[in-house]
Amino acid sequence: MRFRRRTRWVKSITVAGAALLVAGPFVPAAQAQQQGGKVLRVALVQEIDHLNPFLASFASSTMVGRMTWEFLTLPSAEDNTPAPGLAESWSTSPDKLTWTYKIRDGVKWSDGQPVTAKDAAYTFTRIMTDENAQEANGTYVENFDSVTAPDDHTLVIRTKAPQASMTALDVPIVPEHIWSHQAAMSDPVTDSVPVVGVGDGPFLISEYRPNELVRLKANPDYWRGRAKIDELQFISYKNSEAAVNALKNNEVDFVNRLTSTQFDTLKNAPGIATNQAGGRRYRELMINHGAQLLSRQPIGDGNPVLKDVRVRQAIARALDPQTLVDKVLGGYGQPGGGIVPASFPAYHWDPPASARYAFDPAAANAQLDQAGYPRGNDGIRVGPDGKPIELRLLGRASEDFAQRASDYVVSWLGAVGIRVTKQLVSDNEVDQRTNEGNYDLAFSGWGTSPDPDYILSKQTCAALPTVPGSSSSTAFFCDADFDRLYAAESTEFDPGQRANLVKQAQARYYDQVPSVVLDYDNVLEAYRSDNFASFTKQPANTGQIMEQSGYWGFYGATPAGGGANGSGGLSPGAWIGIAAGVVVVLAIGGTAAGRRRKSADDQE
Amino acid sequence: MTNAVSTAAAELDEPRRGTGTARFLLGKLGGAAGSLLLVVALGFLLFRMIPGDPVTTLTRDRPTSPDQLAQLRARLGVDKPLYQQFLDYLSGLLHGDLGTSYGYNRPVSALIGERLGPTLLLVGTATVLAVALGLWLGVRAAWRRGSPFDRTQTGIALTLWSMPQFWLGLLLLIATQGAFPSGGMRSPATPPEFLPQLLDVAHHLVLPCVTLLAVIYAQYMLVMRSSLLGEMNADYLTTARAKGLREDLVRRRHAVPNALLPTVTLVFLQFGLVVSGTVTVETVFSWPGLGLLTYEALRVPDLPLLQGVFVVMAGSVIVMNLIAEVLYRVLDPRVRAQ
Repeated sequence: MRFRRRTRWVKSITVAGAALLVAGPFVPAAQAQQQGGKVLRVALVQEIDHLNPFLASFASSTMVGRMTWEFLTLPSAEDNTPAPGLAESWSTSPDKLTWTYKIRDGVKWSDGQPVTAKDAAYTFTRIMTDENAQEANGTYVENFDSVTAPDDHTLVIRTKAPQASMTALDVPIVPEHIWSHQAAMSDPVTDSVPVVGVGDGPFLISEYRPNELVRLKANPDYWRGRAKIDELQFISYKNSEAAVNALKNNEVDFVNRLTSTQFDTLKNAPGIATNQAGGRRYRELMINHGAQLLSRQPIGDGNPVLKDVRVRQAIARALDPQTLVDKVLGGYGQPGGGIVPASFPAYHWDPPASARYAFDPAAANAQLDQAGYPRGNDGIRVGPDGKPIELRLLGRASEDFAQRASDYVVSWLGAVGIRVTKQLVSDNEVDQRTNEGNYDLAFSGWGTSPDPDYILSKQTCAALPTVPGSSSSTAFFCDADFDRLYAAESTEFDPGQRANLVKQAQARYYDQVPSVVLDYDNVLEAYRSDNFASFTKQPANTGQIMEQSGYWGFYGATPAGGGANGSGGLSPGAWIGIAAGVVVVLAIGGTAAGRRRKSADDQE
Repeated sequence: MTNAVSTAAAELDEPRRGTGTARFLLGKLGGAAGSLLLVVALGFLLFRMIPGDPVTTLTRDRPTSPDQLAQLRARLGVDKPLYQQFLDYLSGLLHGDLGTSYGYNRPVSALIGERLGPTLLLVGTATVLAVALGLWLGVRAAWRRGSPFDRTQTGIALTLWSMPQFWLGLLLLIATQGAFPSGGMRSPATPPEFLPQLLDVAHHLVLPCVTLLAVIYAQYMLVMRSSLLGEMNADYLTTARAKGLREDLVRRRHAVPNALLPTVTLVFLQFGLVVSGTVTVETVFSWPGLGLLTYEALRVPDLPLLQGVFVVMAGSVIVMNLIAEVLYRVLDPRVRAQ
C-alpha cells in the first residue's frame, strides 16, 4: 500500500513538473506578442553599480543615466561637436573665465515641474560642495569657482582658469526639488525609482531590479519629441555567448561588445543586422622610458636602454600594426597614429608619410646600429653597459589579443636584435606592475571621449604619481614641449586653433614614443533587423549605436515596418525543443511507472 | 546558552550519557568557533595577496584627477597600515558589519543578502534533486550490481561528472534551440502576478538546474552505491529474507538505512557549499547569484566584498559540518557509544 501511494505521488510530481516546463514558455511568448515591436530589449553584459548619477561610474550605468537626464550640451550625433541640450546657446566673457548658458524654455521634469537654470546650478554646486557626490563627475567641476542661476533661464559658471572643454560637461542635470531632499548620497533610496525615475531625457526609469533589469518608458513630453518606441529594457547577461544566443532566439534585440568570431557568425544570421563602427579606444604597446614620480624620483625596474628615444623609435619601426589588425583582430580595427582615435576626426592626428614609423626592419636595424648598439656574437644587440638588450613584454593572460600579439612582437623585435620574453599574467598584476613602473614593454589601452582634454591631460607631467603605484598617467610621459601644447590647447577657445594644438601635442607624443599606438579597435554590435529598421549612429553612418556620448542611438530606434517582435517569441526550433522535452519527460515517467509495475508483479 | 548547558551537565553526576553529549557538543562548538576565527584572519590576508590596486581598477577609463584618487584612497581606507585595516575589519565584524564594498559603495551584507536568494534557489533545488536522484540510482545500481543498468548508469554518471559545467551549460543552451531562456531569472515582459512570475522563474530555472544536477549527482550515486555494496552480504539481510520479507522491503528497511551514513556526511558537506553557489553556471546563465558576485569582486579586487563573501561561505560550510557531526551521532548509536 505504502508502495502504491508513493508511486502515485512520484507520478503526480512528474506530471506537474512537465506541465510547468511546457507552460512556462507560453507566458513570455504571449507577452512578446503584445509588445509589437515597440519595446527595445538590449542585452547588457556589464554590471550596473548605481543609478544615482552622482555615483554611477560603470560604463553601463552612465549609459542608462544618459537616457534619463538631459545635459547642458552634448556631442552631436553627426560629428561629436558640441550640440545644444538644455542650453540653447552659450557665450564666454572676454577674460575667458565666465561662461553664460541660456537655458531652454518649456522643458518639464516628468513630474510636471519646469526645468530651470536653478536645477543646473544645484547639480554642479552639489558636486562641488558634497564630497560624496563627486564619485562620478568630480573632475568636471574641479576648475569651477562658482555656479549661479541669476534667473530661471540663465546659468553662469565662473572658472578658476580658462577651460576649453566647457561645452563637453558630461554631467547629467538632475531636478533640485527631488535631490535636495537626499541628504546622504550613499542612501540606497537614491538608486530607487521614486528618486531616479524623475527625469527630462528621452526615456524615464520605471523599474530597477538589481542584477536583472532596468526598464525605461519613453518620455511622452520629451522636448525633442517622443521616441518612436514605447519602452527600453536593459537586460543583464553575464556571458556574451549567452547574450548572442538570446539575440538569435529573439529574446533580446540588441547586443554589443561582440568578439570578431561572434560578429562573423551573426553577419549571416537571418533577421539580424550587424554594425561595425570605428572605436573610441586606442590600443598601445607601452615602452618604459623611465617611470618616475611627480618629484622626478625614478621608480620601477625598466631597462635603461629604453630611455634612448632612438631605441624607442626603432622599436616602433620594427612593429607592423597592420598585421596585428589583420591576423589578431580579424580585420576589425584600424592601425593607429595619434592617441585620439579616428572616430573623432576633428582632433584625430595621423602622421604624415614623412614622419610615420612604417614597418621597416632594415631601417630599424640601421637606426640601432647608428645609435651605437652593436650586435653581439649571438645576434643580440649589446647596450652601453655591455649586457645584451633583453626586454620583458607584459600582457594580460585573460586577453586573446595579448596572447597572440605577443608572439608577433617577440619575433619582430628579435629580427632587429632585441630579445623579448613574454610575461602573460593576471589583469591585476599587469595593472599593478605598470603602475609601479616594473615593466619594459606592456600591452595597454584607453578609452577616449569626444573632448580630447582628458586623454591628453593623462600624458602631462602633472599626472605622474606622487607615490609609487598611484599613477594617473598612462605611460609616465613627462615632456616640456607636450605640456606647453597641452596648456595652450586647454585654454584655447577657438575650435580650429584648438584642434591644431591638439594635433601638435599628439605629434610630439608620437615623436617621443612613450608608447606605440597600435590600433583603434572597431566596436562590434548586432541587432534584430526584423524588429528594428534603424538606429542613429554617432558619428553619422560610421559610428556606434550603444554606449555613445549621448542618447542618440536608442532615441533614434525605428521599429521595422509594423512587424511585431518576432511574431511573438517562439521560433520553430523552440517548438521542437519543447516537444522533445515533453517526449523525454513522458518517456522517463512511463518507463519508471512500467518498471515499478513489473517489479511489483514479480514479487506478489 | 552553552554556559547553562555545561553547568547543568556538571551538576548531574549520574546520567553519564548526558555529560558525554554536552561535552561532545561543547567540543564541536568550540572547534567550529575556532575554525571561524581562522577563516576571518585567513580571509583578510589571502585577498591582500592578490596583486592589483582597487583604486586604479575602479577609476580606469573615467576622468579622475590625482587629488580625487588620493581622496578615494582615503575614503576606502587602503592608505592605512595593514594592522590598522585588520583591526578596523575585526571591530566591524564584531558589530555584525561586513564593511562597505569598494565597487558598489554599498554595505557588503546588503549585497550578499540580495544575491543569496537566487543562489539558494538554484543550487538548493539542484542539490536536493541531485541527492534524490543520486541516492535512488545508487541504490538501484548496487542492488543489481554488474547488470546492464548498473553499468550504463555508472558510466553516464561518471561521464557527466567529468564534464566542465561551463561547456555543458553552453551546449544545453545551444541544443535546446530557444525552448528555454538564454539567461536571467525572470523575463521583463512577465506580468507581476504571483503565478506567472512563479512559472517564469521555474522556466528560467530549468537549464541552469539541469546543468548543475547533471554534473553533481554522480557523487551521491557512487557513494551510495559503494556504501550499499558493503552491506550486501551482511548476515542481517539473510535474516530479513528468511523472515519472508519482499526483496523491496529488505532493501528499503534494512540495507539502505545502514548504508546511508557516509552519504549523510557528504550531503551535509554539500549543503554547506550551496551558499557559495557556482560561479560557472551562474555566469553561463546570467543567474543573479552569489558566485558571480565573487567573480566580479575578484577582478577589482573589492577586498571588503571578498572578505564578506568568504566569511559567509566558509561559515556555512562550518555550520553544516557541525550539523552533520551532531546528526551522525543521532543516526548511528555506535558513534554515541564511543
